[in-house]
Amino acid sequence: MTIQFNDETFRDDYSYHNSPAAIRRFPFPFDKDDYMYAVNMEPHGSGRAGSPFENRFDVDEHYVAEMRDREITLKEDPLRCQSLPHMELAGWDLLELIMEAKSEDYPELFSLHRDGDRWHWINRPLGIDHKFTFLDPTTLPYGPMEYITRQAQGDFAVLDQRDGNLWMEAGMVTSQADWSLDFDIGMNFFEWHAPVPLAHEMGIFQRALKFLLAIQQDAPSRRLNWTMTVNPRLDTSPENYHKWGPEKRTLTPENTGEKQYLRVELQTFFRLPRSNGLAFPIRCYLISLQDLVTVPKWGRRLHRVIRDLPDELAEYKGFTVNRPLIVEYLSRFDDGKPTSPGIFPDE
Amino acid sequence: MPATKFTPSIISRPIYGGLTPHGTVPALMLASGPGGEALLDLIAADPAVLPHATVIYIPEGSDLGPRLEAQGPASYVEAASYASILPRFRKLLAEAPMNTRLYLAGTEGLIGQATAEALAAGMLLEAIEAEHRGSLARRMQCVHCKGITEDVTTDPFTCSHCGLSLFVRDHYSRRYAAFQGVCVDAETPGEVPPKQEIKA
Amino acid sequence: MSAQMLRVTEIEALSPLVKRFRFEHPGGKKLPLFSGGAHVVVEMPDGDLLRRNAYSLISDPQDGSGYEIAVRREDGGRGGSRFMHSNVGQGDTLRISTPLNLFSLDARARKHVLIAGGIGITPIIAQMRQLLRMQDRFEIHYAARLRSEAAGLRLLPRLPHIHSHISDEGDRMDLGAILDRQPIGTHVYTCGPEGLITAVAQCAARLGWPRGSLHSEVFLAPPPGRAFEVTLAKSGRTVTVGPHQSLLEALEEAQVEIDWSCRGGACGRCETDVVSCHGRIEHNDHWLSEDEHSSQTKIMPCVSRFRGRELIIDR
Repeated sequence: MTIQFNDETFRDDYSYHNSPAAIRRFPFPFDKDDYMYAVNMEPHGSGRAGSPFENRFDVDEHYVAEMRDREITLKEDPLRCQSLPHMELAGWDLLELIMEAKSEDYPELFSLHRDGDRWHWINRPLGIDHKFTFLDPTTLPYGPMEYITRQAQGDFAVLDQRDGNLWMEAGMVTSQADWSLDFDIGMNFFEWHAPVPLAHEMGIFQRALKFLLAIQQDAPSRRLNWTMTVNPRLDTSPENYHKWGPEKRTLTPENTGEKQYLRVELQTFFRLPRSNGLAFPIRCYLISLQDLVTVPKWGRRLHRVIRDLPDELAEYKGFTVNRPLIVEYLSRFDDGKPTSPGIFPDE
Repeated sequence: MPATKFTPSIISRPIYGGLTPHGTVPALMLASGPGGEALLDLIAADPAVLPHATVIYIPEGSDLGPRLEAQGPASYVEAASYASILPRFRKLLAEAPMNTRLYLAGTEGLIGQATAEALAAGMLLEAIEAEHRGSLARRMQCVHCKGITEDVTTDPFTCSHCGLSLFVRDHYSRRYAAFQGVCVDAETPGEVPPKQEIKA
Repeated sequence: MSAQMLRVTEIEALSPLVKRFRFEHPGGKKLPLFSGGAHVVVEMPDGDLLRRNAYSLISDPQDGSGYEIAVRREDGGRGGSRFMHSNVGQGDTLRISTPLNLFSLDARARKHVLIAGGIGITPIIAQMRQLLRMQDRFEIHYAARLRSEAAGLRLLPRLPHIHSHISDEGDRMDLGAILDRQPIGTHVYTCGPEGLITAVAQCAARLGWPRGSLHSEVFLAPPPGRAFEVTLAKSGRTVTVGPHQSLLEALEEAQVEIDWSCRGGACGRCETDVVSCHGRIEHNDHWLSEDEHSSQTKIMPCVSRFRGRELIIDR
């Protein structure tokens, strides 16, 4: 398998684009025509061939450009990557997990050679060829978590498990849906989810936590989450809200299909062996509405979901102001026909 | 001035349960202004907390100091401000044994900052008792420039570092000992809603 | 729960009652690493019975070349440890689960105090190996009755902060002296008989320690009792649980699909809703809350039993 990496941007001129193949494999998050919170966990690691669920860490045509965008964000704000002192071992766990998975799943792109603690890592797309000593941070240019997550798409939260709770105590967060790692670091599972409406009352987080605490080493899990973003911007951080906020108000009936994106998070959970921590990668996928409606099932379904979404959720996800425009645009692609179950396009 | 009762909010917003005595164990007591009354109430509820107690009091214009000292704690010190007493407080924490209880009373800013110090020193949250007394002013972090603005009493307010107009969220970071302030006119620059007094 | 067949490559007597077993992958494959305090479940095909016992790993958590456990022969037990001692030989293969940790170290601790009684030393050994490698500050207190029975002495290095207390020689472990004056940021880990764990908790409470600094693991084997019957709501079937069998084992024997992990009442995996209960559930687990125990609406089939007229569970 060869991947043609796009030359594209996630800011300024927003040249981000999905190839026809990337559109077909987009992780559409709705398996029915309405949406409410659920602890929608599934086993992760060997999903449908060609889908983003096929491998433990999906590498796609946006890989190189996303890593370039991460570098820009980190240069402007190094606090997007932080690890509390006791999380270093978990950082090594994460480095090993990603290096092993990528070199096994994409051998033509990545290779890992190990001779005891002497490791040799080759990342061909990013032109990295590096020999280092495992568990010796002085042999890496960054801490282990930062080193590997500068080479892996998506955000990463690394959670400590203790006192029957999960604590967000390390992370690399540059493509987030409006939450701040710098502010939330050190919080437990309930605290960092505190701003989410309705779900606490529904007992969603209690059930989810119970599930996550029991995740075992060889049994990673996944779920999908979603929101709406104007322009294909990865860095929709609260830190830069005053910079990207005005763009939210640039939507018009004429440009909605082109400028409004569905933003999907593929959230996965892996037990880390040495630290007993939990890795929580949050991979962001973006698709413009005009690309999305080329799959008729998705156009119909997204229209119904957005139209019928409870107001609190639209408000929390930050698109109340644009909801009428989005619903109007999508209604043109909903002929009222029934949709098939599941998230994948009809053949 | 009685203990403040806050309206229920999101889970990350701290709740101050009031000072419950834990008997004769080593105690660090830190209070400011009307928080001194909470310490007096604590001592009245169980005088056994005194013999191993170090009391630090920041009067902030209040005259409770002599009364606190007259209770006869193991040691008593009056400080001009939290900042001025911080080095001594840190040393006390560094030398504290595992059964030490920390009693905090005063504004959220004082409780929050002292809690963050104690947690950083290895103390567990359950070993910390806190009671809110006095001003409802909040300690706010600007999520944009990261600067802390002390004694915020209105929503929205102006960040004392970068000048952005920020609205006050109940989302709270124990590490920063601060609530989160987010630009109120990010999407519509210049459209700042009128200021309102922060309520409990 | 995933598992793989591993070969017994070493058996060593650590004391008259305790044997060390080493398992390796028959093809030389590296085994999943783990963290100090983790256990594995060993499956023992004993005639018609499939026994499953959880054992703490004592080998170096960072060494994937093999897993090691130490098993104490319990002649009054249900037979698992007797099987390990009498029926398992070098070269045999057994199914061993992926490691799971319900007793992990608190990485934030400024200092770790590890307290072990008897065979409770096993998880502490792997925790110690992890702490030595991380160069963290710790001390170990190991209590045993007789030097000749103290298998832990063979596993503990001679270091000034590792203390053994042999009560028969007049050296009783003094919990008050151990806990007094420890600096804030200390975490205590206790493994051993229930009485030791209670004693540490009581001593810490008397000194005024916060409870969150105390961690413990009781090695809980399913206690025997009178036979009882349980009705399964989904199929309407009734299973009988024998005096030396657990409800979980009876369900497995009846081919009922049920998830499990620690088999000792601690992990929560086999938690089962009670549909109706006329009688008293003998809760032996550490998982359900006191409210859940007293309301009799849930049961942990791995360790808990029932006495009474009728118990219907949601299986």
